[in-house]
Amino acid sequence: MAGIIGRTMATAKLSNLNKFLVGSRVSASRTYSSAAKEMTVRDALNSALDEEMSADPKVFVMGEEVGEYQGAYKITKGLLDKYGPERVLDTPITEAGFTGIGVGAAYYGLKPIIEFMTFNFSMQAIDHIINSAAKSNYMSAGQISVPIVFRGPNGAAAGVGAQHSQCYAAWYGACPGLKVLAPYSSEDARGLLKAAIRDPDPVVFLENELLYGESFPVSAEALDSSFSLPIGKAKAKREGKDVTITAFSKMVGYALKAAEILDKEGISAEVINLRSIRPLDRPAINASVRKTNRLVTVEEGFPQHGVGAEICASVVEESFEYLDAPVERITGADVPMPYAANLERLAVPQIEDIVRAAK
Amino acid sequence: MATSFFTAKVLPLNSTRSADKPLLGQVLLPSSFLGSSAHKLSLNNAFSLQSQRRSNAVVAVSDVVKDNKSKSKSSISNLLITKEEGLELYEDMVLGRAFEDMCAQMYYRGKMFGFVHLYNGQEAVSTGFIKLLKKEDSVVSTYRDHVHALSKGVPARQVMSELFGKTTGCCRGQGGSMHMFSKEHNVLGGFAFIGEGIPVATGAAFTSKYRREVLKEADCDHVTLAFFGDGTCNNGQFYECLNMAALWKLPIIFVVENNLWAIGMSHLRSTSDPEIWKKGPAFGMPGVHVDGMDVLKVREVAKEAVGRARRGEGPTLVECETYRFRGHSLADPDELRDPAEKNHYATRDPITALKKYMFENNLVNEAELKVIDKKIDELVEESVEFADASPVPARNQLLENVFADPRGFGIGPDGRYRCEDPKFTEGTAQV
Repeated sequence: MAGIIGRTMATAKLSNLNKFLVGSRVSASRTYSSAAKEMTVRDALNSALDEEMSADPKVFVMGEEVGEYQGAYKITKGLLDKYGPERVLDTPITEAGFTGIGVGAAYYGLKPIIEFMTFNFSMQAIDHIINSAAKSNYMSAGQISVPIVFRGPNGAAAGVGAQHSQCYAAWYGACPGLKVLAPYSSEDARGLLKAAIRDPDPVVFLENELLYGESFPVSAEALDSSFSLPIGKAKAKREGKDVTITAFSKMVGYALKAAEILDKEGISAEVINLRSIRPLDRPAINASVRKTNRLVTVEEGFPQHGVGAEICASVVEESFEYLDAPVERITGADVPMPYAANLERLAVPQIEDIVRAAK
Repeated sequence: MATSFFTAKVLPLNSTRSADKPLLGQVLLPSSFLGSSAHKLSLNNAFSLQSQRRSNAVVAVSDVVKDNKSKSKSSISNLLITKEEGLELYEDMVLGRAFEDMCAQMYYRGKMFGFVHLYNGQEAVSTGFIKLLKKEDSVVSTYRDHVHALSKGVPARQVMSELFGKTTGCCRGQGGSMHMFSKEHNVLGGFAFIGEGIPVATGAAFTSKYRREVLKEADCDHVTLAFFGDGTCNNGQFYECLNMAALWKLPIIFVVENNLWAIGMSHLRSTSDPEIWKKGPAFGMPGVHVDGMDVLKVREVAKEAVGRARRGEGPTLVECETYRFRGHSLADPDELRDPAEKNHYATRDPITALKKYMFENNLVNEAELKVIDKKIDELVEESVEFADASPVPARNQLLENVFADPRGFGIGPDGRYRCEDPKFTEGTAQV
């Protein structure tokens, strides 16, 4: 209960009340065990898939190792047993082929969920994601819509090297006709995946491998099977008034921790979880910047033409007079991901980087 | 071991459809493949009994059959078409030809622009296959798709308006020459990338299977035709789809329009083994080669292949040897092709061949065909007038149809679009 009140108050300037409610939510979770369960992102995704597949027989999952192997990252665990091999399809290693098959099926109103083992492999199928899925509604003038979801882990994992670590938010976010979502918490994962599956348009759903095992509290409302989050709306995860930090996916966690560190030094940071890369929630970002007058964007991907660049341009175009200082972008290093652990640490944004930029 | 996900049982089918019975004992006349030694193909081998064997055995037509008293296809006792069918085929091919010729004229007058790829000479393939389909069957094509759309039933005026870029076109002017879509007639495009349509077609066939098996629509036997060229047969996606279609026994027919040229690249220069039909058996499906300049031969092969797919026996690869009389596109100077080769195929014009067949067998007379010619000319003229008179798209059409979802906010828990929820737009809905 307290969790729900906390969220609706998020946009109000009641940071004190919020702190009280956060505290009370924690205590509530001890007394009312039904109010705030913990759920890993993996379970959240699995439950979302399960519920959507049972609600609509047109939903099916296709990808490598989604069936008998229970999912390369165990996201699709148990689905094969429950729904059978006609709805949970193990494919050969043919990204271009099975992505195209999914698009063709979506043309006819089935709702495929295409899993890429990582989004790096989607590059072999990017022609179908962009040319035959994203552009089809436009090219056919609305006759053929493509209710497909492309999902999989995106961005860097631990020590997997250059060809398995790229972040694709910026590339897919540039393409009209696609919706691009990047959840952070379990609740985000559940709500956004459900919204994506129900959506009549192609959705690129960027998960993060390192977040799969992390637990987050989920409210009772989020556990309901009709729960879904709106697309194109960001969420302020933490209220502040000195600087705005925008982030998505794993970087939200880092930003929150950086915000706590900054808080001890008297800098109150507002952390915005973007949730949706396309459509980008420009009104929310601009409103926040107008309040705090400073902006730091955080992302894991390459700096040039990244998500941060787009946010920076948007803020400069719309809220220029409100900015007290230039926008700072924290991004991954402008190099392919190195393998050595210490180099990898240098190539990905860390909490200290965010703190330093905010100051 | 690859096991198909779906049962290999043959679907029960009301046997009154004569198109589905395999032809027995009929040997096609040999078709010359690049003037080299003829292959003698037997339909009997290809389809009926062997395909019912459940294994992944090669069911292809790769044997040379002893030529036992080949029956000429024009023997009186078993004509391949009736008069009505003949007129229908003739009309469709003449429509394709007249339409494409008009496109060329309009292009050089500046009414049409961009990339336009014409289909002259290949009409037999389109007519031979598509005229056997039902409305619910789907067709996926390449950028050379005007005639596929016309054969499938998209009105000529809509296709012409689309080419002119007018808002009355089949895609409201937003698609263009290379992207003809029609939901009503199940034309799924129109793809510019080589090989892009093949996986999409395989997906449409997958849907037909899914509907029957999972959604329990027992009578769903829709088939899909994927048209593509010889150059596409060297592309990876083609092989990926041959594999998956055969693996899952999807109701699809892969139709190769082998016109020997991919822009300026000769098929022989770019392919290690130029006989494309051989690639079918490698994946466990029949591969058939047919003379694509003869609409009746194409139609016979198509009947078998479509019948096979409808019965649930899986995919077929059909290679149609054909030729395009014009260049790759209207911007192509077409200098690399040998005039002798062009003349050779010009003598095998499919429309002339059909006319000859119908006259020899006394199916029609000259006057009836002239009536059709005139009708088609008027139709094409009328479509040009319609397209000319149609308005260009309004400025606000630029931003329309990007998403099916009106504002991009997705669907809420109540199943309706979020932007329709008044609480959401006021910002008071809790999220």
